[in-house]
Amino acid sequence: MLFGELPKSARESRALPKPSMIAWTIYVTFGAALLLLFLPGLLARWMALLAALAGFAISLIGFFNAADVGTFATIIRLPWIRALGMEYHLAADGISLTMCLVTGLTAVSAVLFSWDVEERPSEFFFWLLLVVGGSYGVFLSADLFLLFVFYELVIVPKYFLIAIWGSTNKEYGAMKLTLYSFFGGALALIGIIAIYVTAGGGDATAALDLQQLAQYQFPPQFQAWAFPVLFLGFAVLAGIWPLHTWAPTGHVAAPTAGSMLLAGIVMKLGAYGALRVSMNLFPEGFHIWSKWIAVLGVIGIVYAAAVAFRQRDLKFVIGYSSVSHMGFVLLGLATANVLGVGGAVLQMFSHGVIAALLFAVAGRMVYRRTHTRDLETLSGMRLRHTMPFAAFSFVIASAASMGIPGFSGFAAEITILIGAWKAYPMAVLVTGAGMVLVAAFTLRALKKTFFADSPSDIHMQPGRPPVDADWDEQSQISAAEKWGAGLLMFATLAAGVYPKFLLDRILPAVEAMRWLKP
Amino acid sequence: MNYLELLRLAAPEAVIVVTALVVLALGLMSGRTSGLCSGVAAAGLLFAVSAVLLLPDQATLFDGMLVITPLTSLFKMICLALAFFTVILARGNGAFPNHGEYLALLLLATIGLMLLVGSEELLVIFIGLELTGLSLYIMAGFDKTDVRSAEAGLKYFLFGSTASAFTLFGISLIYGMTGTTSLVAIGAKLGTLTPLLAAGIVMTLIGFAFKIAAAPFHLWAPDAYQGAPIPSAAFIASASKVASFVVLGKIVLVGFGPAQGAAGWQAVIAGWAPLLAALAALSILLGNLVALAQSNVRRLLAYSAVAHAGYTLLGLVAGGREGLSATLFYTTVYAFTLVGAFAVVALVRRETGGDDFFHFSALRSRSPLLAGCMAVFMLSLAGLPPLAGFFGKFYLFAAALRVGGNQGLLWLVALALFGSLISFYYYLMVLKVIFVDKTANPVPLLKLDFLQRSSIVVLAGIVLYFGIFPGGFVQQITSSLP
Repeated sequence: MLFGELPKSARESRALPKPSMIAWTIYVTFGAALLLLFLPGLLARWMALLAALAGFAISLIGFFNAADVGTFATIIRLPWIRALGMEYHLAADGISLTMCLVTGLTAVSAVLFSWDVEERPSEFFFWLLLVVGGSYGVFLSADLFLLFVFYELVIVPKYFLIAIWGSTNKEYGAMKLTLYSFFGGALALIGIIAIYVTAGGGDATAALDLQQLAQYQFPPQFQAWAFPVLFLGFAVLAGIWPLHTWAPTGHVAAPTAGSMLLAGIVMKLGAYGALRVSMNLFPEGFHIWSKWIAVLGVIGIVYAAAVAFRQRDLKFVIGYSSVSHMGFVLLGLATANVLGVGGAVLQMFSHGVIAALLFAVAGRMVYRRTHTRDLETLSGMRLRHTMPFAAFSFVIASAASMGIPGFSGFAAEITILIGAWKAYPMAVLVTGAGMVLVAAFTLRALKKTFFADSPSDIHMQPGRPPVDADWDEQSQISAAEKWGAGLLMFATLAAGVYPKFLLDRILPAVEAMRWLKP
Repeated sequence: MNYLELLRLAAPEAVIVVTALVVLALGLMSGRTSGLCSGVAAAGLLFAVSAVLLLPDQATLFDGMLVITPLTSLFKMICLALAFFTVILARGNGAFPNHGEYLALLLLATIGLMLLVGSEELLVIFIGLELTGLSLYIMAGFDKTDVRSAEAGLKYFLFGSTASAFTLFGISLIYGMTGTTSLVAIGAKLGTLTPLLAAGIVMTLIGFAFKIAAAPFHLWAPDAYQGAPIPSAAFIASASKVASFVVLGKIVLVGFGPAQGAAGWQAVIAGWAPLLAALAALSILLGNLVALAQSNVRRLLAYSAVAHAGYTLLGLVAGGREGLSATLFYTTVYAFTLVGAFAVVALVRRETGGDDFFHFSALRSRSPLLAGCMAVFMLSLAGLPPLAGFFGKFYLFAAALRVGGNQGLLWLVALALFGSLISFYYYLMVLKVIFVDKTANPVPLLKLDFLQRSSIVVLAGIVLYFGIFPGGFVQQITSSLP
């Protein structure tokens, strides 16, 4: 008996870190953000990098170490506002873990790509870490009130990141983005309060607990109006057509790290909220409205791709491509089957990585050195000679964005399309045409930026001196940029070549949802 | 009943009366006594808080003229705390030659507020209203060197006295129909809604709509907020509003309880609820839309105060315990936020000589602490988590949606959220000026002394604390409601 027990206790003592440690992503990030307010500017970027790396490491360990990815299992649960039933309740399943992973990944590379921020660095990284920490919080919340608190926490940091450190019409872009976010938040809040007062049968705790609400039957006529309100509220942040217009202007105006966070994480907050809250709680409302979501998703894919084809500004091209790719997420969610929804989550991961890489190349590598994002001007610069590494990164990112097999974009989009084929065959046909457009505008941007052969001697924007004062220092791609880009390229390749390690965690979580159609 | 008993139960008020007289006398003495006056006034307020803590849990005098319950004690303390912060704010202002008089008026107004909070009898309530009102009229016009201050005082006085006349007339009608001025007795005697009763209710409510600056009785607010000395404006906007909401809640829910009616969409039943709902809707729309066009921070706060009065009314429209407690939570939190915002405005005004938007530009580089605290206050007013304003709104909207069980008040909640969206824009514009804009000529750092710094930090801390841990305060309010 004694010997029979020993190995077990020995195994426990050597056991890998508990799954509950994923909650530390939130604490580490917010803790570092608070510390930043008291640190001198010189140390700020190191502190931010440390926090982002710690968050990434924790989410990585949590991701590979997850025991039960199929259930939305509680990590920590404490009473918070007893009088009204709010709890500090965190939980995670495969979907949350995947989203935490892409958050960590994007955060690390965003910090690396803002290594050269010299204006008010402590403040910059403070806001940046607030966005990251709030996002971790949203992905891990199992209490509706807590989720919304984290969700709204992200809004104001975005405004300051863009309005202070941005470029090109930054105050307009920042305000537009912030108001859209707040508008979405207000719609979502109506839905959340309606849930709060309807569910639970007098037990306020049960009325906010996502685990219990996922089993609760709301009256069908209630679902019929509450679902679209709640879904649209979240989907604003996911860039649903026609409420997507904040995305391109916001992305263009934002500083590089801001665009990376916006496209990489913030748009996923919306999609995640739509999945975790509105679809999970209102299955019947979802089934009533799902075809309209599919329609809006497909319009988003095709429309944004067509608009991207006509843009002159490189960042606008990427901004619209983000809307187009998020259209795939919405289409995937609307299919309501395992492959479609699983593909949507995979696409959330994939697009996070790809968009971050695209914005890093366009905003940091190219714009920081050439001071222009105008495609015609860029095409005269022969950038593939001066910046081979940037060209290489952009080729990888474009290939992934177009959905070339072997990259994450392909794995995600093909999964979504297979799922959609069962639910909406028409949508697949239209989307197929849209994908051609995606390839077209991506290739156009790639060619004009790096591979144009127009015989021209422009090295800089017209009217500028041919070489910047600090050109020598600037011309080299810095180590921070190489690390950041390398990390993202590795991620998109890894997810493309071996998507199974993601799908193994996503699909069980999707299969546990009650609203799936066969 | 003997007079000792009365003195025991009215001890906090008595303490303030004595303090007011002492401060007045000190102010009359020659020499620079303004610091001493502030010290005595602050000490008196703290002493009164401890006197409130010593009050019994439940007591009633003269058929409800003076009522002591946990609720009245709680809100007496809140009024005293707000008066305390106002005294600190007035000290920094220090511009008045006769500071003692000013503080004595402030203390008298505080007594009026405590009477309002602690009475369930219409006559005493009216006396409280008048005592507060008269003191505040003088406080608004106290800066004799400033034309705007005189304008503020005069406008506030004219509107205020008209509104009081309406209220008094309303009270007399109610008295004529029921034969009593005690709220509980009125509630027991009121029957169905007759035209005369309706007239009485409407007239009574007008006076309170004026006090809380709800549209269309808000016209005094912009000029009073902008022109009055800042401590007066802060006190008018905070403590006076809190006490008015407490007493308004008591009047409508206890006194007029049977005539509540309902304000649901396409399910309106005549009563005071649809009336308050209309006031709320109008206030939210008008306050927010007009605030958009302001370029003066104090005027902006005034119009936003109109909108906030509208949000706060939502809880009363919903009625019941939950509605009342949501209203009380929101108005308290709002009061502390606004005193903080006015404290920041006062300091900026002292350094730059004005409170238009451009006076705040690049405040961040001049005083990071002030800028950070202003961000806390503005974002709480806008209703963003994790600040108190967000939880307050959530609580109010939940109370409003819960009523009747069929989301009948959804229209009002949606309107309020639309209003918050608008308000978010103009609060963000203030923060944009502070954090994003750059000034052409660098202005030296604002110098704050210990008391100013700590009072603003404490206020910001309160707003943050009530946002993250509102549970305790909510529990306190709900458990003290009957």
